[in-house]
Amino acid sequence: MPSPLEPSPSIGPRRRTLLAAGAGLYLVSSGLPAWAAADTAAPAALPSDSIYQLKLPLVDQDGHSFALDERRGRPMLVSMFYTSCQFVCPMLIEALQATEAKLSPEERTRLSVMMVTFDPAHDSVAALKKTADQRQLDPQHWTLARTEARHVRKLAALLGIQYRAIGNGDFNHTTALILIDAQGRIAGRTAQLGSTDPAFVKLVKAAALAPAS
Amino acid sequence: MHRPPATAPHGDSRRVRRVWHRVLASALASLCLTGPANAADYTALPGGTLLSVLAGDADRNPTPVAAFAMRTTPVTRAEFAAFLRTHPQWRPDQVVQVFADRTYLQDWSDPGGAGQALAQSPVTHVSWFAAQAFCEAEGARLPSWLEWEYAAAADATRTDARSDPQWLAKILGWYARPANTALPAVGGAANVYGVRDLHGLVWEWVDDFNALLVNPDSRSQEDADKLKFCGAGAINLKDRENYAVLMRIALLSSLDATASTSSLGFRCVRVASP
Repeated sequence: MPSPLEPSPSIGPRRRTLLAAGAGLYLVSSGLPAWAAADTAAPAALPSDSIYQLKLPLVDQDGHSFALDERRGRPMLVSMFYTSCQFVCPMLIEALQATEAKLSPEERTRLSVMMVTFDPAHDSVAALKKTADQRQLDPQHWTLARTEARHVRKLAALLGIQYRAIGNGDFNHTTALILIDAQGRIAGRTAQLGSTDPAFVKLVKAAALAPAS
Repeated sequence: MHRPPATAPHGDSRRVRRVWHRVLASALASLCLTGPANAADYTALPGGTLLSVLAGDADRNPTPVAAFAMRTTPVTRAEFAAFLRTHPQWRPDQVVQVFADRTYLQDWSDPGGAGQALAQSPVTHVSWFAAQAFCEAEGARLPSWLEWEYAAAADATRTDARSDPQWLAKILGWYARPANTALPAVGGAANVYGVRDLHGLVWEWVDDFNALLVNPDSRSQEDADKLKFCGAGAINLKDRENYAVLMRIALLSSLDATASTSSLGFRCVRVASP
Protein backbone atom coordinates (compact mmCIF):
# COMPACT_ATOMS: atom_id res chain seq x y z
CA MET A 1 0.00 0.00 0.00
CA PRO A 2 1.52 3.35 -0.91
CA SER A 3 2.09 5.49 2.11
CA PRO A 4 1.54 9.22 2.18
CA LEU A 5 5.03 10.02 3.36
CA GLU A 6 7.07 7.85 1.04
CA PRO A 7 7.47 7.65 -2.71
CA SER A 8 4.99 5.33 -4.30
CA PRO A 9 6.25 2.37 -6.34
CA SER A 10 5.15 4.09 -9.56
CA ILE A 11 7.94 6.65 -9.23
CA GLY A 12 10.58 4.15 -8.18
CA PRO A 13 12.66 4.24 -11.37
CA ARG A 14 12.58 8.01 -11.34
CA ARG A 15 13.80 8.02 -7.81
CA ARG A 16 16.67 5.70 -8.60
CA THR A 17 17.74 7.95 -11.46
CA LEU A 18 17.72 10.93 -9.17
CA LEU A 19 19.64 9.13 -6.49
CA ALA A 20 22.23 8.08 -9.01
CA ALA A 21 22.61 11.69 -10.06
CA GLY A 22 24.76 12.50 -7.07
CA ALA A 23 25.30 11.76 -3.44
CA GLY A 24 24.51 15.36 -2.54
CA LEU A 25 20.91 14.77 -3.49
CA TYR A 26 20.18 12.59 -0.49
CA LEU A 27 17.78 15.25 0.66
CA VAL A 28 15.50 14.19 -2.16
CA SER A 29 14.81 10.92 -0.44
CA SER A 30 15.09 11.94 3.18
CA GLY A 31 13.29 15.21 2.74
CA LEU A 32 10.40 14.05 0.64
CA PRO A 33 7.47 16.34 1.38
CA ALA A 34 4.12 14.79 2.13
CA TRP A 35 2.51 16.29 -0.95
CA ALA A 36 4.98 14.69 -3.34
CA ALA A 37 3.27 11.32 -3.09
CA ALA A 38 -0.25 12.63 -2.59
CA ASP A 39 -1.24 11.59 -6.13
CA THR A 40 -1.07 7.95 -5.21
CA ALA A 41 -2.08 8.10 -1.57
CA ALA A 42 -4.43 5.43 -0.27
CA PRO A 43 -8.09 5.96 -1.15
CA ALA A 44 -9.05 7.25 2.28
CA ALA A 45 -6.67 9.58 4.03
CA LEU A 46 -4.98 8.12 7.06
CA PRO A 47 -6.33 9.77 10.23
CA SER A 48 -4.04 12.35 11.73
CA ASP A 49 -4.00 10.47 15.03
CA SER A 50 -3.15 7.08 13.49
CA ILE A 51 -0.03 5.24 14.63
CA TYR A 52 0.35 4.23 10.96
CA GLN A 53 1.64 7.74 10.31
CA LEU A 54 4.94 6.36 11.63
CA LYS A 55 7.05 4.74 8.94
CA LEU A 56 8.37 1.82 10.92
CA PRO A 57 10.22 -1.12 9.34
CA LEU A 58 9.64 -4.38 11.20
CA VAL A 59 10.75 -7.99 10.85
CA ASP A 60 8.63 -10.85 12.16
CA GLN A 61 9.56 -14.16 13.81
CA ASP A 62 9.84 -15.82 10.40
CA GLY A 63 12.22 -13.19 9.07
CA HIS A 64 9.63 -11.43 6.89
CA SER A 65 10.10 -7.69 6.59
CA PHE A 66 7.02 -5.50 6.72
CA ALA A 67 6.05 -1.94 7.49
CA LEU A 68 3.89 -1.08 10.48
CA ASP A 69 1.27 0.53 8.24
CA GLU A 70 0.73 -2.74 6.37
CA ARG A 71 -1.41 -3.63 9.37
CA ARG A 72 -3.89 -0.98 8.35
CA GLY A 73 -7.36 -2.31 7.62
CA ARG A 74 -7.61 -4.77 10.48
CA PRO A 75 -7.76 -4.07 14.22
CA MET A 76 -4.79 -5.22 16.25
CA LEU A 77 -3.78 -5.89 19.82
CA VAL A 78 -0.27 -4.64 20.39
CA SER A 79 2.24 -4.69 23.21
CA MET A 80 5.97 -4.45 23.75
CA PHE A 81 8.21 -6.98 25.50
CA TYR A 82 11.62 -8.66 25.35
CA THR A 83 12.27 -12.36 25.17
CA SER A 84 14.71 -12.69 28.08
CA CYS A 85 12.20 -11.12 30.46
CA GLN A 86 11.37 -13.73 33.08
CA PHE A 87 8.43 -12.35 34.97
CA VAL A 88 6.08 -9.82 33.47
CA CYS A 89 6.50 -10.56 29.78
CA PRO A 90 5.25 -14.18 29.99
CA MET A 91 2.26 -12.74 31.84
CA LEU A 92 1.76 -10.24 29.04
CA ILE A 93 1.59 -13.03 26.49
CA GLU A 94 -0.85 -14.90 28.72
CA ALA A 95 -2.99 -11.79 29.10
CA LEU A 96 -3.13 -11.33 25.33
CA GLN A 97 -4.01 -15.01 24.89
CA ALA A 98 -6.68 -14.77 27.59
CA THR A 99 -8.16 -11.71 25.88
CA GLU A 100 -8.20 -13.58 22.57
CA ALA A 101 -9.86 -16.54 24.27
CA LYS A 102 -12.80 -14.30 25.19
CA LEU A 103 -13.50 -13.66 21.52
CA SER A 104 -15.72 -15.63 19.19
CA PRO A 105 -13.91 -17.47 16.37
CA GLU A 106 -15.18 -14.85 13.94
CA GLU A 107 -13.95 -11.97 16.11
CA ARG A 108 -10.60 -13.70 16.46
CA THR A 109 -10.07 -14.02 12.71
CA ARG A 110 -10.62 -10.28 12.34
CA LEU A 111 -7.97 -9.34 14.86
CA SER A 112 -4.20 -9.67 14.82
CA VAL A 113 -1.84 -9.62 17.79
CA MET A 114 1.62 -8.12 17.65
CA MET A 115 4.37 -7.80 20.24
CA VAL A 116 7.45 -5.74 19.46
CA THR A 117 10.69 -6.18 21.36
CA PHE A 118 12.43 -3.43 23.34
CA ASP A 119 15.67 -5.31 22.87
CA PRO A 120 16.63 -5.66 19.19
CA ALA A 121 20.27 -6.14 20.21
CA HIS A 122 19.43 -9.51 21.76
CA ASP A 123 16.11 -10.40 20.20
CA SER A 124 17.11 -11.72 16.81
CA VAL A 125 14.57 -13.28 14.48
CA ALA A 126 15.68 -16.65 15.87
CA ALA A 127 15.03 -15.52 19.45
CA LEU A 128 11.57 -14.29 18.49
CA LYS A 129 10.88 -17.57 16.68
CA LYS A 130 11.95 -19.56 19.71
CA THR A 131 9.58 -17.65 21.98
CA ALA A 132 6.73 -17.94 19.47
CA ASP A 133 7.25 -21.71 19.31
CA GLN A 134 7.65 -22.15 23.05
CA ARG A 135 4.51 -20.18 23.74
CA GLN A 136 2.68 -21.93 20.88
CA LEU A 137 1.56 -18.63 19.40
CA ASP A 138 -0.77 -19.10 16.43
CA PRO A 139 1.17 -17.76 13.44
CA GLN A 140 -2.13 -16.92 11.72
CA HIS A 141 -2.82 -14.17 14.24
CA TRP A 142 0.36 -13.57 16.17
CA THR A 143 3.46 -11.65 15.25
CA LEU A 144 6.53 -11.18 17.38
CA ALA A 145 8.54 -8.43 15.74
CA ARG A 146 11.73 -6.44 15.99
CA THR A 147 12.78 -3.10 14.54
CA GLU A 148 16.03 -1.16 14.48
CA ALA A 149 17.17 0.18 17.84
CA ARG A 150 16.70 3.78 16.69
CA HIS A 151 13.00 3.16 16.03
CA VAL A 152 12.05 1.31 19.20
CA ARG A 153 11.43 4.39 21.29
CA LYS A 154 9.32 6.02 18.60
CA LEU A 155 6.91 3.13 18.67
CA ALA A 156 6.95 3.09 22.47
CA ALA A 157 6.26 6.82 22.53
CA LEU A 158 3.32 6.42 20.15
CA LEU A 159 1.90 3.67 22.31
CA GLY A 160 2.58 5.47 25.59
CA ILE A 161 4.88 2.73 26.81
CA GLN A 162 7.86 3.67 28.96
CA TYR A 163 10.99 1.55 29.11
CA ARG A 164 14.56 1.84 30.25
CA ALA A 165 17.49 -0.54 29.94
CA ILE A 166 18.82 -1.20 33.42
CA GLY A 167 22.22 -2.52 32.54
CA ASN A 168 22.09 -6.24 33.25
CA GLY A 169 20.17 -7.14 30.11
CA ASP A 170 16.86 -6.30 31.74
CA PHE A 171 14.48 -3.47 31.05
CA ASN A 172 12.14 -1.60 33.30
CA HIS A 173 8.99 -1.04 31.33
CA THR A 174 5.36 -0.24 31.76
CA THR A 175 2.92 -2.97 30.92
CA ALA A 176 0.19 -2.26 28.43
CA LEU A 177 -2.15 -4.17 26.19
CA ILE A 178 -3.22 -1.72 23.53
CA LEU A 179 -6.09 -1.99 21.08
CA ILE A 180 -5.48 -0.35 17.70
CA ASP A 181 -8.45 0.12 15.39
CA ALA A 182 -8.36 -0.64 11.66
CA GLN A 183 -7.13 2.87 10.90
CA GLY A 184 -4.38 2.81 13.50
CA ARG A 185 -6.03 4.82 16.25
CA ILE A 186 -5.60 3.74 19.85
CA ALA A 187 -9.03 2.48 20.79
CA GLY A 188 -8.36 1.09 24.24
CA ARG A 189 -5.70 -0.02 26.66
CA THR A 190 -5.32 -1.96 29.86
CA ALA A 191 -2.51 -2.72 32.26
CA GLN A 192 -4.38 -5.60 33.86
CA LEU A 193 -2.52 -8.88 33.95
CA GLY A 194 -3.47 -12.15 35.61
CA SER A 195 -7.12 -11.97 34.60
CA THR A 196 -8.82 -10.38 31.62
CA ASP A 197 -10.06 -6.82 31.91
CA PRO A 198 -13.80 -7.00 31.05
CA ALA A 199 -13.99 -3.38 29.88
CA PHE A 200 -11.03 -3.96 27.57
CA VAL A 201 -12.49 -7.22 26.19
CA LYS A 202 -15.66 -5.31 25.37
CA LEU A 203 -13.68 -2.73 23.40
CA VAL A 204 -11.77 -5.47 21.58
CA LYS A 205 -15.00 -7.23 20.57
CA ALA A 206 -16.47 -3.97 19.31
CA ALA A 207 -13.34 -3.20 17.28
CA ALA A 208 -13.20 -6.70 15.81
CA LEU A 209 -16.75 -6.40 14.49
CA ALA A 210 -16.49 -2.80 13.33
CA PRO A 211 -16.41 -2.22 9.57
CA ALA A 212 -12.87 -1.57 8.41
CA SER A 213 -13.06 2.17 7.78
CA MET B 1 2.42 24.84 -0.44
CA HIS B 2 1.99 23.42 -3.93
CA ARG B 3 -0.37 20.71 -2.84
CA PRO B 4 -1.58 18.76 -5.88
CA PRO B 5 -5.24 17.74 -5.91
CA ALA B 6 -5.74 14.55 -3.98
CA THR B 7 -8.04 13.26 -6.68
CA ALA B 8 -5.36 13.01 -9.36
CA PRO B 9 -5.41 9.62 -11.08
CA HIS B 10 -3.00 6.89 -10.12
CA GLY B 11 0.37 6.93 -11.83
CA ASP B 12 -0.04 10.22 -13.69
CA SER B 13 3.57 10.22 -14.74
CA ARG B 14 3.69 13.80 -15.99
CA ARG B 15 2.42 15.12 -12.71
CA VAL B 16 4.77 12.88 -10.78
CA ARG B 17 7.63 14.21 -12.86
CA ARG B 18 6.60 17.81 -12.20
CA VAL B 19 6.36 17.12 -8.52
CA TRP B 20 9.77 15.54 -8.57
CA HIS B 21 11.26 18.51 -10.32
CA ARG B 22 9.89 20.70 -7.58
CA VAL B 23 11.29 18.40 -4.90
CA LEU B 24 14.63 18.44 -6.63
CA ALA B 25 14.62 22.21 -6.96
CA SER B 26 13.77 22.72 -3.33
CA ALA B 27 16.43 20.23 -2.27
CA LEU B 28 19.04 22.00 -4.37
CA ALA B 29 17.95 25.38 -3.09
CA SER B 30 18.24 24.21 0.47
CA LEU B 31 21.68 22.79 -0.20
CA CYS B 32 22.77 26.18 -1.44
CA LEU B 33 21.19 28.00 1.47
CA THR B 34 22.53 25.71 4.15
CA GLY B 35 25.81 24.70 2.61
CA PRO B 36 28.87 23.76 4.60
CA ALA B 37 29.36 27.34 5.79
CA ASN B 38 26.14 27.09 7.80
CA ALA B 39 26.43 23.44 8.73
CA ALA B 40 25.65 22.70 12.35
CA ASP B 41 28.64 22.88 14.63
CA TYR B 42 29.36 19.62 16.46
CA THR B 43 32.16 19.04 18.91
CA ALA B 44 33.66 15.71 19.91
CA LEU B 45 33.31 14.44 23.47
CA PRO B 46 35.70 11.66 24.45
CA GLY B 47 34.27 8.54 26.03
CA GLY B 48 34.39 8.26 29.80
CA THR B 49 32.29 7.30 32.77
CA LEU B 50 29.59 9.07 34.70
CA LEU B 51 27.91 8.42 38.00
CA SER B 52 24.45 9.39 36.81
CA VAL B 53 21.90 10.88 39.16
CA LEU B 54 19.72 8.04 37.90
CA ALA B 55 22.14 5.34 39.04
CA GLY B 56 20.27 2.79 41.08
CA ASP B 57 21.32 0.07 43.46
CA ALA B 58 22.09 -2.22 40.56
CA ASP B 59 24.66 0.14 39.08
CA ARG B 60 26.52 1.89 41.86
CA ASN B 61 29.61 2.02 39.70
CA PRO B 62 29.96 4.82 37.17
CA THR B 63 28.31 4.04 33.85
CA PRO B 64 30.54 4.00 30.77
CA VAL B 65 29.70 6.60 28.13
CA ALA B 66 30.97 6.02 24.59
CA ALA B 67 32.53 8.88 22.65
CA PHE B 68 30.09 11.00 20.68
CA ALA B 69 29.81 14.39 19.00
CA MET B 70 27.31 16.97 20.23
CA ARG B 71 25.89 20.14 18.74
CA THR B 72 27.66 23.00 20.46
CA THR B 73 24.41 24.95 20.81
CA PRO B 74 20.71 24.12 20.96
CA VAL B 75 18.88 24.16 17.61
CA THR B 76 17.81 27.72 16.79
CA ARG B 77 14.54 29.01 15.37
CA ALA B 78 16.35 29.86 12.12
CA GLU B 79 17.71 26.31 11.86
CA PHE B 80 14.31 24.83 12.51
CA ALA B 81 12.71 27.12 9.91
CA ALA B 82 15.26 25.85 7.35
CA PHE B 83 14.30 22.28 8.27
CA LEU B 84 10.62 23.08 7.68
CA ARG B 85 11.40 24.31 4.18
CA THR B 86 12.80 20.90 3.23
CA HIS B 87 10.40 18.90 5.43
CA PRO B 88 7.04 20.64 5.11
CA GLN B 89 5.27 17.69 6.69
CA TRP B 90 6.60 19.10 9.97
CA ARG B 91 5.12 22.56 9.45
CA PRO B 92 2.63 23.33 12.19
CA ASP B 93 -0.15 23.63 9.60
CA GLN B 94 0.66 20.19 8.14
CA VAL B 95 1.99 18.06 10.97
CA VAL B 96 -0.14 15.07 11.94
CA GLN B 97 -1.66 14.92 15.40
CA VAL B 98 0.08 11.70 16.34
CA PHE B 99 3.47 13.51 16.24
CA ALA B 100 2.66 16.92 17.70
CA ASP B 101 -0.14 18.41 19.76
CA ARG B 102 -1.70 21.85 19.41
CA THR B 103 1.12 23.59 21.26
CA TYR B 104 3.58 22.71 18.47
CA LEU B 105 5.32 25.89 17.27
CA GLN B 106 2.38 27.86 18.61
CA ASP B 107 4.56 30.93 19.01
CA TRP B 108 5.41 31.08 15.29
CA SER B 109 3.66 33.83 13.39
CA ASP B 110 4.21 32.09 10.05
CA PRO B 111 3.83 28.30 9.86
CA GLY B 112 6.70 28.10 7.38
CA GLY B 113 8.94 30.05 9.71
CA ALA B 114 9.43 33.04 7.39
CA GLY B 115 10.40 36.32 8.99
CA GLN B 116 11.21 34.68 12.28
CA ALA B 117 11.86 37.07 15.09
CA LEU B 118 14.53 35.89 17.51
CA ALA B 119 16.07 33.72 14.78
CA GLN B 120 19.14 32.92 16.86
CA SER B 121 17.17 31.98 19.95
CA PRO B 122 16.65 28.29 20.66
CA VAL B 123 13.57 26.80 19.05
CA THR B 124 11.02 25.70 21.65
CA HIS B 125 7.47 24.40 21.41
CA VAL B 126 8.75 21.37 19.50
CA SER B 127 7.51 17.86 20.15
CA TRP B 128 9.88 14.96 20.78
CA PHE B 129 8.92 13.46 17.41
CA ALA B 130 9.75 16.72 15.62
CA ALA B 131 13.06 17.02 17.44
CA GLN B 132 13.92 13.45 16.43
CA ALA B 133 13.01 14.18 12.81
CA PHE B 134 15.19 17.30 12.76
CA CYS B 135 18.17 15.39 14.13
CA GLU B 136 17.68 12.50 11.71
CA ALA B 137 17.61 14.97 8.82
CA GLU B 138 21.14 16.04 9.71
CA GLY B 139 22.39 12.50 10.20
CA ALA B 140 22.12 12.71 13.95
CA ARG B 141 19.77 11.76 16.79
CA LEU B 142 18.66 13.09 20.14
CA PRO B 143 21.17 12.42 22.93
CA SER B 144 20.37 9.83 25.53
CA TRP B 145 19.84 11.21 29.02
CA LEU B 146 23.22 9.78 30.00
CA GLU B 147 24.98 11.57 27.14
CA TRP B 148 23.27 14.85 27.99
CA GLU B 149 24.08 14.50 31.68
CA TYR B 150 27.69 13.60 30.85
CA ALA B 151 28.13 16.74 28.74
CA ALA B 152 26.27 18.89 31.27
CA ALA B 153 28.38 17.73 34.22
CA ALA B 154 31.29 19.80 32.90
CA ASP B 155 32.11 23.41 33.60
CA ALA B 156 34.66 25.56 31.83
CA THR B 157 37.65 23.69 33.22
CA ARG B 158 36.47 20.36 34.66
CA THR B 159 34.70 17.40 33.04
CA ASP B 160 32.76 16.82 36.25
CA ALA B 161 32.09 19.91 38.33
CA ARG B 162 29.10 18.48 40.13
CA SER B 163 30.76 18.24 43.52
CA ASP B 164 31.37 22.00 43.55
CA PRO B 165 28.58 23.69 45.55
CA GLN B 166 29.32 27.06 43.94
CA TRP B 167 28.83 25.67 40.47
CA LEU B 168 25.61 23.92 41.47
CA ALA B 169 24.34 27.15 43.00
CA LYS B 170 25.12 29.04 39.82
CA ILE B 171 23.10 26.62 37.70
CA LEU B 172 20.27 26.65 40.16
CA GLY B 173 20.20 30.44 40.01
CA TRP B 174 18.95 30.25 36.44
CA TYR B 175 15.75 28.57 37.51
CA ALA B 176 14.86 31.64 39.53
CA ARG B 177 14.77 33.73 36.33
CA PRO B 178 11.26 34.70 35.23
CA ALA B 179 10.08 32.54 32.34
CA ASN B 180 7.95 35.21 30.68
CA THR B 181 10.82 37.02 28.96
CA ALA B 182 11.99 36.20 25.42
CA LEU B 183 14.74 33.61 25.23
CA PRO B 184 18.19 35.04 24.55
CA ALA B 185 20.24 33.91 21.55
CA VAL B 186 22.29 30.73 21.80
CA GLY B 187 26.03 31.02 22.33
CA GLY B 188 26.65 31.19 26.06
CA ALA B 189 30.01 30.31 27.59
CA ALA B 190 31.53 27.03 26.42
CA ASN B 191 32.24 24.20 28.81
CA VAL B 192 35.47 22.22 28.74
CA TYR B 193 34.26 20.26 25.69
CA GLY B 194 33.19 23.37 23.79
CA VAL B 195 29.47 22.75 24.36
CA ARG B 196 27.34 25.80 25.18
CA ASP B 197 24.01 26.53 26.82
CA LEU B 198 23.52 23.17 28.52
CA HIS B 199 22.45 25.16 31.54
CA GLY B 200 20.84 28.53 31.73
CA LEU B 201 18.87 28.73 28.50
CA VAL B 202 16.31 25.99 27.86
CA TRP B 203 15.35 22.50 28.92
CA GLU B 204 16.26 19.93 26.29
CA TRP B 205 14.60 16.79 24.96
CA VAL B 206 16.53 13.56 25.27
CA ASP B 207 15.88 10.32 23.42
CA ASP B 208 14.80 8.39 26.51
CA PHE B 209 12.88 11.30 28.04
CA ASN B 210 9.96 9.22 29.23
CA ALA B 211 11.85 6.46 30.94
CA LEU B 212 13.87 8.36 33.50
CA LEU B 213 11.56 7.76 36.43
CA VAL B 214 9.64 4.56 36.28
CA ASN B 215 6.65 5.35 38.42
CA PRO B 216 6.06 8.13 40.94
CA ASP B 217 3.55 5.94 42.78
CA SER B 218 5.91 3.07 43.32
CA ARG B 219 6.12 3.51 47.08
CA SER B 220 2.40 3.44 47.63
CA GLN B 221 1.64 0.57 45.29
CA GLU B 222 4.29 -1.99 45.98
CA ASP B 223 2.44 -4.96 44.61
CA ALA B 224 0.94 -3.22 41.62
CA ASP B 225 4.37 -1.89 40.80
CA LYS B 226 5.98 -5.29 40.82
CA LEU B 227 3.48 -6.35 38.22
CA LYS B 228 3.94 -3.22 36.22
CA PHE B 229 7.64 -3.47 35.57
CA CYS B 230 10.01 -6.12 34.39
CA GLY B 231 13.39 -6.46 36.04
CA ALA B 232 14.46 -4.58 39.10
CA GLY B 233 12.31 -2.26 41.14
CA ALA B 234 12.20 1.48 41.18
CA ILE B 235 15.24 3.58 40.41
CA ASN B 236 16.88 5.20 43.41
CA LEU B 237 18.05 8.67 42.66
CA LYS B 238 21.62 9.46 43.54
CA ASP B 239 23.07 12.85 44.24
CA ARG B 240 19.99 14.46 45.68
CA GLU B 241 21.85 17.78 45.96
CA ASN B 242 21.78 18.26 42.22
CA TYR B 243 18.35 19.86 42.16
CA ALA B 244 18.85 21.52 38.81
CA VAL B 245 19.38 18.21 37.06
CA LEU B 246 16.65 16.48 39.06
CA MET B 247 14.20 19.17 37.96
CA ARG B 248 14.99 18.36 34.35
CA ILE B 249 14.26 14.72 34.97
CA ALA B 250 10.95 15.58 36.60
CA LEU B 251 9.98 17.84 33.72
CA LEU B 252 10.92 15.37 30.99
CA SER B 253 9.17 12.54 32.80
CA SER B 254 5.96 14.53 32.90
CA LEU B 255 5.78 14.98 29.13
CA ASP B 256 4.17 13.09 26.31
CA ALA B 257 6.17 12.74 23.07
CA THR B 258 3.70 14.99 21.25
CA ALA B 259 3.85 17.74 23.87
CA SER B 260 5.94 20.88 23.89
CA THR B 261 6.56 23.83 26.16
CA SER B 262 7.85 27.36 25.76
CA SER B 263 11.12 26.53 27.48
CA LEU B 264 11.85 23.08 26.04
CA GLY B 265 14.27 22.92 23.11
CA PHE B 266 16.73 20.31 21.93
CA ARG B 267 20.12 19.62 20.42
CA CYS B 268 21.38 16.58 18.52
CA VAL B 269 24.31 14.20 18.83
CA ARG B 270 25.95 11.95 16.28
CA VAL B 271 28.77 9.46 16.08
CA ALA B 272 32.16 10.95 16.83
CA SER B 273 34.12 11.65 13.65
CA PRO B 274 37.19 9.45 13.36
